[in-house]
Amino acid sequence: MSSVRLRKEIKRRGKDPIGHIPEIILNNFTTRLGHSVGCMFAFLFPHNLQFIRREVATFHNQRDCIFFRLHRYIFKSEKKGGIQELGPRFTIKLRSLQKGTFDSKYGDYEWVHKLWEMDISRRKLHI
Amino acid sequence: AAAGARWNHVWVGTETGILKGVNLQRKQAANFTAAGQPRREEAVSALCWGAGGETQILVGCADRTVRYFSTEEGRFQGQKHCPGGEGTFRGLAQVDGTLITCVESGIVRVWRDNDKEASSDPLLELSVGPGVCRMRQDPAHPHLIATGGKENALKVWDLQGSEEPVFRAKNVRNDWLDLRVPIWDQDIQFLPESQKLVTCTGYHQVRVYDPASPQRRPVLEATYGEYPLTAMTLTPGANSVIVGNTHGQLAEIDLRQGRLLGCLKGLAGSVRGLQCHPSKPLLASCGLDRVLRVHRIRNPRGLEHKVYLKSQLNCLLLSGRDNWEDEPQEP
Repeated sequence: MSSVRLRKEIKRRGKDPIGHIPEIILNNFTTRLGHSVGCMFAFLFPHNLQFIRREVATFHNQRDCIFFRLHRYIFKSEKKGGIQELGPRFTIKLRSLQKGTFDSKYGDYEWVHKLWEMDISRRKLHI
Repeated sequence: AAAGARWNHVWVGTETGILKGVNLQRKQAANFTAAGQPRREEAVSALCWGAGGETQILVGCADRTVRYFSTEEGRFQGQKHCPGGEGTFRGLAQVDGTLITCVESGIVRVWRDNDKEASSDPLLELSVGPGVCRMRQDPAHPHLIATGGKENALKVWDLQGSEEPVFRAKNVRNDWLDLRVPIWDQDIQFLPESQKLVTCTGYHQVRVYDPASPQRRPVLEATYGEYPLTAMTLTPGANSVIVGNTHGQLAEIDLRQGRLLGCLKGLAGSVRGLQCHPSKPLLASCGLDRVLRVHRIRNPRGLEHKVYLKSQLNCLLLSGRDNWEDEPQEP
């Protein structure tokens, strides 16, 4: 995880989002591994189709870095909408995906990020 | 696809119960299921060649059935339910018209191999101890099997002999802190032209045992990496083994000196199955990253083929035939 901005560091932020279930947007998770990881992020939040609160959490994948943002939106008019940033923002990169529960020593890994094998070429992306 | 099944080079069993046949020459992969939908309960846990050359494959599934697959016809022919003990199959073998199965709780059973009867009583039953990780048959002496597992030392059994093991390995001496070294044998191989066995452990050790020598402790011990070694295979020439661990690292280890010869790169997930061709320098590997890779082991070392198969791969069988490139033309 890198580039972390906690709530108190974000300027002009909205009110507390605690207790409200946001909607999820997953951007650009194209590969097979990316699709699995994207589904895992979506399942972190309870599934609620009621859309009561106007809050949305965005996971945007760009070049193997996933950017997380939390916004609240309002509709100012028919065509125009505005967003207000709440919540922390951070960037995360996938290090490994394990099969089963967390066991870093003896567990089976489904995908492991290997620096000297996978990051040699700038054009080859994994997520 | 069914007609060309006999020309497939690699057969892979998956976690969803599908048997996949891969033809590396034509770069095609085909799915073979016994019936209908793939299910997690039928996850393939063991594969071995059946009787009569490479015309039949025995597929051991997690629901304790062994299915017979014919490569000539390209379809499943029958199945046999093998109850007894708990856990999934850890080893399958065939000798003289009988089927040998070993499950995780340590029950080894020898069944009469007639696939017309769906289930029958076992001919012979052995208890090898709980927590078995692998049961392997000696290709030179088909009635000898070796078993090993977590806190279950390596034992060699003679199925035609008595109920006691022929060779029972002893644990190494206590380490430098005077603590008992734990045992976790993950894979076993018999070395040809001698009685020796090689095991790779979950504590990243590779050990060679010699039943002919008076000591029951390992003759040679080598370590590789920091992660559990999950699969092992012998190279043609049999002076070295290739091991794979849960991080997807493949390494070739020399058995004469116990040193690392080289590594193979490419895998991103835990290695589940490894097999070398008996004469060509080719190694097939499959793992949890859902890709089957064929590497060339020497001159030059590198990746030959890479095939994405959509489910997690559990075990594989590499065809040992020599005419890899020669294929008959379609009429």
